[in-house]
Formats: sequence, structure tokens, C-alpha cells
Amino acid sequence: MTVPISKTAPKMALSVRDLSVTFRTTDGPVSAVDRVSFEVDAGEVLAVVGESGCGKSVTAMALAGLLPGSATVTGSVRLGERELVGASEQALRKVRGSEVAYVFQEPMTSLNPVFTVGRQIAEVLRVHRGMGKRQAQARAVELLGLVGIPEPARRLREYPHQFSGGMRQRVMIAMALACDPAVLVADEPTTALDVTVQAAVLDLLRDLGKRLGTAIVLITHDLGVVADIADRVLVMYAGRVVETAGTQELFDAPRHHYAIGLMGAVPTAARRSEEGRLREIPGLVPVLAEQPAACTFADRCPAADDKCRTAEPPLLPAARPGSAGTHRAACWHPADEEAR
Amino acid sequence: MTDAPALELVDLVMHFGAVRAVDGVSLRIERGRVLALVGESGSGKSTVGRCVVRLLSPTAGTVRLAGTDVTHLSRRRLRPHRKDVSIVFQDPASSLDPRLTVGDIVGEPLRLLDLVPSRKEREQRVGDALEQVGLRRQVAQRYPHEMSGGQRQRVSIARALVSSPRLLVADEPTSALDVSVQASVLNLLADLQRDLGFACLFITHDLAAVEYLADDVAVMYLGTLVEQGSRETVFSAPAHPYTQALLSAAPLADPREQRSRQRVLLTGDIPSPTDPPPGCRFHTRCPVAEDRCRTEVPALRPIPRGRVACHLVADDGTGPDVRAPGTLVTVDSAVENDVMAAPRAPEQP
Ligand SMILES: Nc1ncnc2c1ncn2[C@@H]1O[C@H](COP(=O)(O)OP(=O)(O)O)[C@@H](O)[C@H]1O
Ligand SMILES: Nc1ncnc2c1ncn2[C@@H]1O[C@H](COP(=O)(O)OP(=O)(O)O)[C@@H](O)[C@H]1O
Ligand code: SF4
Ligand SMILES: [Mg+2]
Ligand SMILES: [Mg+2]
Repeated sequence: MTVPISKTAPKMALSVRDLSVTFRTTDGPVSAVDRVSFEVDAGEVLAVVGESGCGKSVTAMALAGLLPGSATVTGSVRLGERELVGASEQALRKVRGSEVAYVFQEPMTSLNPVFTVGRQIAEVLRVHRGMGKRQAQARAVELLGLVGIPEPARRLREYPHQFSGGMRQRVMIAMALACDPAVLVADEPTTALDVTVQAAVLDLLRDLGKRLGTAIVLITHDLGVVADIADRVLVMYAGRVVETAGTQELFDAPRHHYAIGLMGAVPTAARRSEEGRLREIPGLVPVLAEQPAACTFADRCPAADDKCRTAEPPLLPAARPGSAGTHRAACWHPADEEAR
Repeated sequence: MTDAPALELVDLVMHFGAVRAVDGVSLRIERGRVLALVGESGSGKSTVGRCVVRLLSPTAGTVRLAGTDVTHLSRRRLRPHRKDVSIVFQDPASSLDPRLTVGDIVGEPLRLLDLVPSRKEREQRVGDALEQVGLRRQVAQRYPHEMSGGQRQRVSIARALVSSPRLLVADEPTSALDVSVQASVLNLLADLQRDLGFACLFITHDLAAVEYLADDVAVMYLGTLVEQGSRETVFSAPAHPYTQALLSAAPLADPREQRSRQRVLLTGDIPSPTDPPPGCRFHTRCPVAEDRCRTEVPALRPIPRGRVACHLVADDGTGPDVRAPGTLVTVDSAVENDVMAAPRAPEQP
């Protein structure tokens, strides 16, 4: 993963090393994220995929210190020269307002229903950018226009409930962009939207990366969304990164049996006619008290043997000969192409 | 009446006060066929489903189950027909009574409909139904909260099928599940449908699942049907501009194909069902709308291998392709309009 993606070596926006998260709960500890490492460059879209419970949201929230006090976070999250793990709440709040912005699945929970949309966006600009009232107002109109809301000046005076789901999500993105963040963390931003609206929001995100150079960490469980806009993909399973590769490479030749399972589960007409069935992944994502010295997928894996159950597979280069060196998988018996 | 369709809706209307949720839907599902009802949220799909199982009493129109008009039957007269149709909902967590055991949940239709009065025999049937959906008989003793989302959805399916209905209404049965679990539930529905031969009204917004499971597809927009046809026809040569936009917006899990596709971005929001636009309800977002579309309501009329409600589609099914402006879609989808130079969007498989 240390190999630069493009020859011009774009600016790295965020670098995560060995990020781990453990929660204290009444039922004992829950290890949610285990030594996750990745980088995101300016203008790049990195997708994080996996079933629910694999640690995608916890990873996202750990980046800029959004986890509750019951979470113990270790490892490193570097934003430029600054270390965010262990930073003070005051410093983190500043980072969240200006450099790392979040967009969540349900925009209604992050918008305040009693204030107009315009006031909420202007507030961000005044607090984080020190803008005066007039200037903030004008910028808010610009931002709503930027995210494709028609008649932005009029709509600024409306309340969140007067917006449709898709329009609210655009408002959230406008708010996230208010401070020109270096990194946008979008956790299932289109999951609650209809496909026609989703397509427009994805276009918007793609455009942001290209035009403003925003680095985007996109969390999703939808492989169609990944195929549409991700440059690179991180596949998470039970808190660990089990495979990472450029998007095309991953879809062409997934190596880890979990990634293969996820892809085989997507229904298509071809699967109906050729195989007659969709591939299933039997069993469930485990909730782990502690990380085992084993492959966490072994219980559900068709290729597992004793080694898988007794030793943790390292994340090693897994590219086919001749292809770019960014493909890695953590599997003792990575699948070859015929096995897919 | 043995060859009457499993379901026939004639001009079904369901209004909630000013909300015109369903506004004149006619369709039929032949025995043993799976018809997918697709469309964006709020288009009225669930309302159709609820009218079919008579959870709602339609404002107007007719619901026929296997040839019998059940639209206005009283509770008592409806009872003998209840076993003919069942429904499975999206969220198994909220549709299963948490206080009942799985066995009681699955056996409830048999008890309520007096289909199987003997307790012993009911237990037998419940066990069989659980095995049919891939669960062990012993889970009858457990409670819903002790099971995973996928297992709970299997319980709902067992409950729906225990009375051997001729028609299953499945309302977004996999939408709340992870892809991996979704796959197992879709496989299960496909297997059961093939083995038991029930007809199915499969309500979903997941077009990938439609391609996998459905024989026929009906597309709703703002309370009305805009297109209906066989799965192959609708996917390979969608005639209605809305169907084309919907198909082009659903991302394919294949980067090469997805990125080379031409897409139509619909502008604007779905209008409110309390005040649907005059003329064609889609005209406010339609990229090819003409004057006539703003005033005249297009009838849902037959074209080869389906029906469509659009002024711009000719009787032979030829019409504009909004995915590649200037080109035409034809029913055999092979003929190109070579007068126009614009590139044609690659057809989906
Ligand atoms: N506040 C919390 N306390 C305890 N466990 C949590 C908390 N938040 C998340 N978890 C657990 O961490 C794991 C990963 O969760 P999450 O990151 O939300 O998964 P995903 O986003 O991939 O669906 C799950 O097992 C979840 O139950
Ligand atoms: N019980 C109800 N009372 C009032 N409005 C309703 C009711 N049920 C549905 N609606 C409205 O009817 C329209 C169609 O809803 P629905 O059938 O649930 O659509 P879909 O299933 O396609 O998302 C929506 O505008 C919805 O808000
Ligand atoms: S390490 Fe073993 S158990 Fe894990 S995915 Fe590879 S083969 Fe399967
Ligand atoms: Mg999550
Ligand atoms: Mg619905």
C-alpha cells in the first residue's frame, strides 16, 4: 500500500496505521477494529466494504475522534503533520469542523429541525471560518448551488423537513463542504436514497474529488456503488482489513475468500442462467471479545484448514504477475482465478 | 375458474385522504409466475401489496384472487380466501411478535384460519414449514430475538407459506439484509417458488434482485403503472423513459461496464402524491417530454411483449431512448436508428 497509485505521486491526505478500537461493554470487551492501515490521497475515493458489523463505521468514527468514551483507540491517524489519535477534544472538534467532514446515512439525525437550512450552514461558516453574517449567507447560497439544489437562495430559508431525502443529503454534503475539508468521510451516504437520487449524489461526490481535490473515504455495503466511483477498495471482515486493491483489480481477481463471497452474492441475470443460484456465505460476522491468532473468516470459509484456525494470515502482496503492486490479501490460501 | 390468473387488479385505487397513493393500477399475475413491482419509494408499491392481502380496503377498483372478487368481501366471507394469499414484509424484526415463540408465529395462520384444528398436527406442519425454509424443527421453541436477521426472515417466509397460498406478496423481503444474507433469502425464495409453484408479487427497489428472481416486471411511478413486460424485454429494451432512467441509475457491480454506461440523471424531486402533475405524471422529470405530455394522460396500452404508458412510444414499441439522446429503442433492440449519428448506449445483458 506504500506504492503510489499514480506516477505524479499525489498528495497524501490521510494516513492510518494500525488503528485498533476496543469497546468496554457490560458483556465484556468488544474488539471492533484491529490494526487497520490505509492511506487516502487528495482527490481519491477509497471505498470501505464489508457486511454490517465488520467495523466500517467504527473505523470511520475513530478517524476524527467521534467514538464514545467506552472506546479505547490505539494506533495512528495522521492528517498532514498532525496526529489525531490521542489529540484533545478541543483540537479534534476543530479538525472536524474544518479538515475532516462527515456525512452519514440518515441526514435528518444530523440536521437540527428547528433551524432553517441556511442558518445551519451559515453557522458552520461563522464558527469555523470566522465569516460575517452577510458573507456566510452568500457562501451558503453558493454551496447549495454547488451540490445541485435548485433555487438555492429561496431554499435556504426552509427547514429540513421541507426537503426530500435526496435534497437533505445534498444539504449535508454542502455543510460538510462548507469548510473545504481535505477529507470527506461518507458513511453509507446513499443507502437510504432511491437509485435515481443515489446516482446524482454519487456524481456529486465524484465531482468533488476531481474538482476540489477532496479525499473521500466512502463506506458502503453496495458493490454497485463501489464499481461506480471508488478508485481503491478496502475489504473489512470482523475488524480487520482482509483485502485491498484498485477497484478494477479487485473485481477482476478477488483473492480473499470473503471478498469472493461478497461478490458472488450480488444477484444478476447471468448468475440466474449460468449458475442457477447466488453464492451464499454461511454463518455470521462474529462479535469478538479479543482478536484470535487465526483467520477470523475461517469459520465461514470454504478453503479453511488447520493453519487458518491457528495462525493469523498477514496482509501480503497478492497481485497477479505484471499488474500494479497495490493488491494485498490476508489469506493463507488465496484463490486463483479459476477458483472464483 | 381453474385457469384464472393468481391475481388480477382492475383499476385499483387507494387514496389516504388527499394522498393518491395508488391511482388506477391494473395488472395480472398468471399462476406460478413471479411479477416484480418496482419503482422509487413512495410510488405506491407497498400500498398495492397491502390492498392485495386486504390489509387495506381499496378506495375503488377490483382485486381478484384466482378469479374470485375479494375486494368487498366481509371479514367472514374473506376468511376462506385468506389462506390463498400471504405477505412477507421487509423488516422481520418488527413484523414478528416478540412475545410468541417461532412455532406459535409460524403456526398462527393455521390456527386463526382453522385450517388445522389439531395441535399435534399443527406442530407437525410447523416443523415441516421450518425445514422447508432451511431451519431446524427445534427452532420452534425459540423467540425471534434469539435469531439473526436472515433467520427471522426465514421464519416470516415459513409463516407465509404454511397455509400453502397460491400467491405470495413479498414486500422488500431482502432490503433490510446484508448482501450475503440477501443471497440466501433470494435463493430460498427461488427454490420454494420453483418447488411449490406459488405465484409471487415481488415488491422491491433492488433491480439486481429483479433480474435474478422475476419472470415479469411492472414499473410504478407516482401511483400509476408506466410499463409492464417480461423481464428480458424490460431489461433489454425498456420502452418508457422512466424505466430507462431507473435502469440506467442502478449501479452494476462491474466497474468496467458501470463506468462505460450512459446514464440519465433525472432532475428534480418526485412530485407529491397529493398533487400529481397533470398529463403524464412523469413529465416534470422526463427528458423528452412534449407539449402533449403536459396535458394528456397517456393510457397504458399494449406494445409487443408488454404494455407502456407514454405518448412517444409507437404501437410497435419503438420510442426514444433517453440514455442516448437521438436514438430509439425498439422491441427487438437490434434495429438502430441509423439516420441519427449519436452513439447508442450499450444494452445491458
Ligand atoms: N458503542 C459501541 N459499543 C460497543 N460495541 C460497539 C459500539 N459501536 C459498535 N460496536 C460494535 O463494533 C462492531 C463493528 O461495528 P460497526 O463499525 O458499526 O460495523 P459496520 O459499520 O461495519 O456495520 C460491531 O460488532 C458492533 O456491535
Ligand atoms: N397509511 C397511510 N396513510 C397516509 N399515507 C400513506 C399511508 N400509507 C402510504 N401512504 C403514502 O402513500 C404513498 C405510497 O406509499 P407506499 O405504498 O408505501 O410506497 P412504496 O412502497 O412504493 O414506497 C406515499 O406517499 C406514502 O406516504
Ligand atoms: S486464510 Fe483460510 S480461512 Fe481465511 S480466507 Fe484464506 S483460506 Fe479462508
Ligand atoms: Mg455502519
Ligand atoms: Mg414500500
